[in-house]
Formats: sequence, C-alpha cells, structure tokens
Amino acid sequence: MKEWIHLRIRRQDGPETPPYWQTFRLPYAPDQNVVSVLMCLRENPMTTDGRQVEPVAWDHNCMEEVCGSCAMSINGVPRPSCSALIDDLEQPIVLEPLPKFPVVRDLLVDRARMDAGLRRVKAWIEIDGIWDIHEGAPRISPAEWSASYLYSRCMSCGCCMAACPQFGPQSDFIGPAPLAQVRLMNAHPTGRYDKTERLHRIMASGGLSDCGNAQNCVRVCPKEIPLTTAIGELGRQTTLQSLKDLFGQG
Amino acid sequence: MKIPLQAIVIGGGLGGLWAALRIADAGFPLQLFSLFEVKRSHSVCAQGGINAVLDTKGERDSVRQHIIDTIKGGEYLANQPPIKSLCEHAPGLIRTFERMGVTFSRTSEGILDQRLFGGVKNRRTCFAGASTGQQLLYGVDQQVRRLESLGRIEKFEWWEFLSLLQDADGTCRGIVAMDLRSLEVRAFPAEVVVLATGGFGQLYAPKTTTSTNCTGAAASRCYQQGARFANAEFFQFHPTAMLGNDKTRLMSEAARGEGGRIWVPRNPGEHRPPRSIPEGERFYFLEEFFPAYGNTVARDEAARAIWRVTRQMGLGIGGSDRVYLDLTHLDRGFVSKRLGAILDIYRKFAGTDPLNAPMEIFPAAHYPMGGLWVDFERDASGGMRPGSPSNQATNIPGLYACGECDYAYHGANRLGANSLLSASFSGRVAGESAVSYLKGLVRDSAVPSERMLRAEVERQTAINQAFMESDGPENPYRLHRELGELMTSKVGVVRTNPDLEMALEELQRLRERLRSVHLGDSRTWANQTLAFTRQLRDMIELAMAVARSALERDECRGAHYKAAFKIPIPDGTFPGDPEYEDYRMRWKTNNDRWLKTSVAEWTPDGPRIRYEEVDLSVYPPTDPRDYR
Repeated sequence: MKEWIHLRIRRQDGPETPPYWQTFRLPYAPDQNVVSVLMCLRENPMTTDGRQVEPVAWDHNCMEEVCGSCAMSINGVPRPSCSALIDDLEQPIVLEPLPKFPVVRDLLVDRARMDAGLRRVKAWIEIDGIWDIHEGAPRISPAEWSASYLYSRCMSCGCCMAACPQFGPQSDFIGPAPLAQVRLMNAHPTGRYDKTERLHRIMASGGLSDCGNAQNCVRVCPKEIPLTTAIGELGRQTTLQSLKDLFGQG
Repeated sequence: MKIPLQAIVIGGGLGGLWAALRIADAGFPLQLFSLFEVKRSHSVCAQGGINAVLDTKGERDSVRQHIIDTIKGGEYLANQPPIKSLCEHAPGLIRTFERMGVTFSRTSEGILDQRLFGGVKNRRTCFAGASTGQQLLYGVDQQVRRLESLGRIEKFEWWEFLSLLQDADGTCRGIVAMDLRSLEVRAFPAEVVVLATGGFGQLYAPKTTTSTNCTGAAASRCYQQGARFANAEFFQFHPTAMLGNDKTRLMSEAARGEGGRIWVPRNPGEHRPPRSIPEGERFYFLEEFFPAYGNTVARDEAARAIWRVTRQMGLGIGGSDRVYLDLTHLDRGFVSKRLGAILDIYRKFAGTDPLNAPMEIFPAAHYPMGGLWVDFERDASGGMRPGSPSNQATNIPGLYACGECDYAYHGANRLGANSLLSASFSGRVAGESAVSYLKGLVRDSAVPSERMLRAEVERQTAINQAFMESDGPENPYRLHRELGELMTSKVGVVRTNPDLEMALEELQRLRERLRSVHLGDSRTWANQTLAFTRQLRDMIELAMAVARSALERDECRGAHYKAAFKIPIPDGTFPGDPEYEDYRMRWKTNNDRWLKTSVAEWTPDGPRIRYEEVDLSVYPPTDPRDYR
C-alpha cells in the first residue's frame, strides 16, 4: 500500500520566463487521477522541501475526457489528465505542459493553432443558413456513419499534435487533427460539395505532404481516432485531385 | 457615420452558439465571449440525446404528446406557451443540425434513429452514438468558425464576464470582462447582451456531474445587478452517477432506456459478488415501485427511490450510498454500440468493465431547472410569438438569457434529452429576440458615457485588488469544498426546513469568511485563483437564492422534495375511486397555493422571494403526475 503520491511538475511563470521544476508529495488515496490530485494540491501547494508556493495553473473542465481541456504531458506521454489514474502511473509522476504549444503558465498552454487549422481547411459544411429548410440532409448508410463518427469525436485536445515530430513552432505543418476533419467533411453527402477546395488547402505548403508518417498521432489519441487511416485516405484523394487539376477537371 | 449596433453573446455552449449564429446571420456585428475555447463547453457532456417528434417508429408519436410529457414532467410549473413552441420547433432544429453535418445515429435505411428515454413511452430521442451533446455542439461550433472566417463573429476566448454596464435607468449597455491571462479588465459597450453561461452544479461540488466551469457565477452577477432569478429551488439530481474525488460522472439515462436494471441485494448483509446473487435475492426496486415505467421512471422519482432504499431501508451495497446499475444481462454487442461512451467512462474512471460486472452508482447534482427569469409573448396559436423581443428577455432591458442559465422550459423537473433541445431552441430564440430588440431601438448606437464605463471598470478592478491584497486564514478552494458539502447535505435530494434554515446561516458565515481569504498567488498573469475566488463569491450569493427559495416552498414538486409536505397517492387507488378523487382535491388545493413561479431578487441582506402565476393555457393541470 502506497502512502504518498509524488509529483514532479515543470513550472513556468509566463510565456517569456524560463521553466523550472518543483516536487510535491501528497497523501495517497484510492481512486485518484491527475486532475483530482492537482485539485488537492492547490488547496495547500507546498513543495516536498516545505516551501509554500503558488498553486499550479492548469486547464480542466469536464473531467470525463470529452472536452479536451486537460491534456498535458504525463510521464512523457501527451494525454488527458482526468483519465490518467494515479494507480496506473509510475512515480514520481512527471507533469509537463503539452509539448509544441506555447506555454501560458505552468501546465496551461495556448492551442489557438488547432483552431486556425480548422479554419484553414474549412472544417464545416456550407449551409445556406441556420433556419429550417423543411428537409434534412441526404441519407447516410450505417456503415458510412460508423466510419465518420470516429472522426467527429475529435475534441481538439492536441495530443496528436504534441506527439507529431513534424508539428511545432519550427514548422507550419497543420498537424493530424485538422487533417482528420477534412476526411470527415469530405465524406458528408453535402460536405462533399467543397471537397476540391479543402483538398487544395491541404495540398499547399504546411499541408498533407509534410506528414512524415511517424504514426505517433494515432498511438496517443485518447479517443482512438484512426488518424493515419484518414491521412492515407487523404493521400489518395489529393493524388486524384492533382490528376484532375492536371487534366482540367477540377 | 452610423456605427452598426453591437451585440454580445456570453457563453460558448449550445445556447450561446445558436444565439451567436442567429444574430450574425441577421448582419449585426457580434462579439462572443467564453472562459475557454467554445468547443470545450459543458454541452459536450450530454451523452444521451435530444428529443424531437419524428414519428418514425410506428408508435403514433405526436408533438402534442411531447408537449404534455414536458409539462407533466415539470409538474406544471413551467409556462406552457414556450414549451409548446419548443416541441413544435424540435423537428426543424434536428433537420438543421443534420444539415450542419451532425453525425446522428442511423437506422438501416439511413434515416435518423430514435431511442427511448426516461419519463416517456415513445421512442422520440435522436442521438449521435453516445456523445450527442458533443456532436451537436461541434455542429454549431463549425458554423461559428465559418462565420468567424467571414469576419462576422469575433471571438473573445479566455475572457470572463464580470458585470453588466447599465444606464441610469438600468438598461444593459454592454459588459465588463477580464482577460484571464493578462487580467486586463475592460469595458465592451454593446446594445444587446445574451447570457448563455450554463448551470450551477458547482454549488454541489464534488457531488455533481457538471464541469468545473459550471459555477453559475455569470448568472449570479446579473442577479446581483437586478436580474430576477426564478425557481432556484428546483435542482435535478441525476439518479445514476459514479462517485469520484474530483467529480461524480454521469452514467447516462440511456443506460436505463436501453434496458439497464437498477437493483440491490435483498439481504443487507450480502457479501457475494453481484453476478453470483440469484435473481430471487435481488431487489429490482424501480420495477416494483413503478410498474408502468420500471427502470425508465423520471429522474427525481428514481433518485428518491435510491435514497429511500439506501438511507431508509438500509439496503445500499455493503451498507453504503451505492446501488447497482446492471447491463450484464444485455447483448454485449448491442450495449457496446449503443452505450459506448458510458462504458468508456466507467472503464476509464472506475477501472472495471460494466459488461462484466454491474456499475455502482448514486444520485448527483445534475441540472438546475431554475435560472434567470425570462419573459415571452404569447400569440394567438398559444405558443410564443415568433420574433417578439420579449421572448427570452430578462427583466433588465437589453439583457437576454438562454440555455441552462434561464428557467423557462423545465418547470419543477426536466425530462431526459430535453436539455439539448431547450438549449438549442432557446439560444436561437434569444438570438432572434436580440435582433428584434436591435431593430426596434430608436437611439443610434450612442456609445455609453465614458464616465459610466470607467466607473464600472474601476469597481471591478477594486474587487480584484481587494482579493489580491487580502491576507486572512481562508483558502478559496477549501471554502468551495465546504460549500459543496453544505449544499449536498442540506439543500439536496431531500430537504427539511430546519436543515434549510441552518444552511442559510452557514452560507452567511461562508460569505463572511470569504472576506478573509488568502489567494496564495500574487501574480498578475493567468492567476486562476483570483478568477476562482471571484466566482466563489458569486456562487455563495446564488446558493443563498437556492436555499431561501427552497425554504419558502412548503410542498413537494418535481425535484423539490420536503417529506413533511408530501401528498401521497393512496395505495392501490386509481382515478374514479373516492379515495383517489379525494387525493386529487388535495392536490388541486395545493396547486392553488404553490403552483407558482418563485422569483428571487437580490438584496444586500439576502434574497427576497415573491411568487408569480404560471401560464397554464395549453394543458391545464387536471391530472397529478402518476408514474406507478
């Protein structure tokens, strides 16, 4: 029976200041996860060597692994912290901000690039307006639905981006999550109408061809979204598209 | 040059995004404020589904029946014209969501599938796998991104609403908000503001299914600035949640809808593992208490039945506050497909598999039916007049409210799968009303006086300053834990007047103790403790409205339960029996006294409660709710 939970946390006071490390020790309790431990810690943030410090800043909201807020690097692996059960983790538990994204403070990062990626690839259906047109969308077979549903559960947590060797401040690679949304939108019966434009947008610089096929993304995705399958499908779609472009059948 | 009239929406869940889309569609410049990226809003947590009568299951379902189910589910406490419009517009909303690309689950023919949900007898609930709320929110999130890319919506994510800007006559003229990173406090003038900031389950933390940002602080701030807060005492406790240290996680009602059974061992000393307990030694108490509905009985009845079995009959598992929610008798493939998210959540957070062993659950604070008081205008058809600027309007001119932070659609209790519907519908209506309001304004967008803006910014900055400088013994996070424990034990599933009086006294003490708080963080960058402490201050004010409203209402209705005032249906009697008719008379007499909206108004000395008539023009109460 463990007595303590040991934490080693990489802290940073602001975007421009250097990071530093602190260690903490909390009494062990069953059924804890990283979020619940950080909640306990903020009630009395004292380091192992007895120094009272500022509470650790981190992001969390639903704590059911569906909002995507609480992703961070836990023992070197990017993952949501709400579903990281303490009993399953090696100690000391090393917490770092989600890599590749700019640090705001401590474990809080700025994931604005994910949003920009979704805007860039036009990850939406072009509807005429939000009023009722007295009919729905065309039918979708259960098989097509199951394939698409996998991608529609992406919660923009950023784990796949953090794990991707091609994505980061050094590159303009759009990253796996927005690419998977292109796969989703291009498969929809009316989303298909803008397929060509979406494909052109990922055929430009920083697009699909920057993927190095490391396959890290699919390994870390907490929702088990088949990101590499999407990227493979998009590879075929873009190849076809470039042939169409070449022969003027855009 | 004429400056276009500015609109503001606060909150990025389903309600807020629908309102934003509607206003931006009408061509008004729109600023959208959210505590975080909008797609992380609490709407994503709704798992089960969204109600709309499509009548595709051969059950002769009708909109009329949806209206009646909603009215009766709320024990007649909701104004009926808004419910009528809500149910009538549900199919159109579903069609619009479908066009947005929402991945609704399909039948073998490729049309939208529908499932059964609690409190109703027909399959009326559309769903998207087991993550319906997430899918619906992403549908509108994508449309907001589309309009954002066209420059028609401007997002302010990581900004917190602090207060309303108000004219001398009280009219809302914009907001003051704080950048959660730089802590800059800034005034944003606007001619109309829509508040869509969700519920307040964090009053009961950690025994709540809601996200940590569901503090109710934004609604409380409006309430403290003069907005009325209605039916605050009605808080739905979801019967089936798994307990945790950080929160209690909802096991969707779909688990019951798809055939899940709730039981405890008949023998309180039972030690065998649940699956080895023979059928005859299991007590399927919902099926025994409510033969007509069984396990799909409405949430409040289920929560109290669990309370009765555990607290009064002493039959909780191992003598604790837990009962079984069992899926193990169902087909594994069927359960995996239909309830995937529930299984995932339970496996992930409890470490055991509900396909192999029954889940262990208990009720938790889930959804407030109460919220900011909003108006409506009834038209000749008996519904809300489309486009009326009165719909979803608070009593503060220029301030609208929608979604979980309003009180309008669910009366004393909410039916499952009606919340995604009311959030979407009321959001769209609030957007429409805001547009009508803007079009009806006679003044040009005269920017409110510099002096007024500066005064409010200074007032809010002073609150920050006071907290930053305060150096007492209290920790805000520990105070919040105390608040949650107090509300859970004294203003929870079952209430008594002595408990409620004690709760009000303790809330008063919490309010005072917050004055001697120590933040433990003096940084002026991304200071989460400062933002949280401000929220806590407003949560305590709101908790007082909840407790005071609960104390004053001496009856049982929907989610509000005081055993001392219960009027029970005489056992074994039915309509026509003299004893039942006598009961019906007592029920009617009680309605004459209590079938009224409670309206809380903030005063420095605590909430003042008054009562308002309910519009019963669609389906007057003749029959008590009867789930036997």
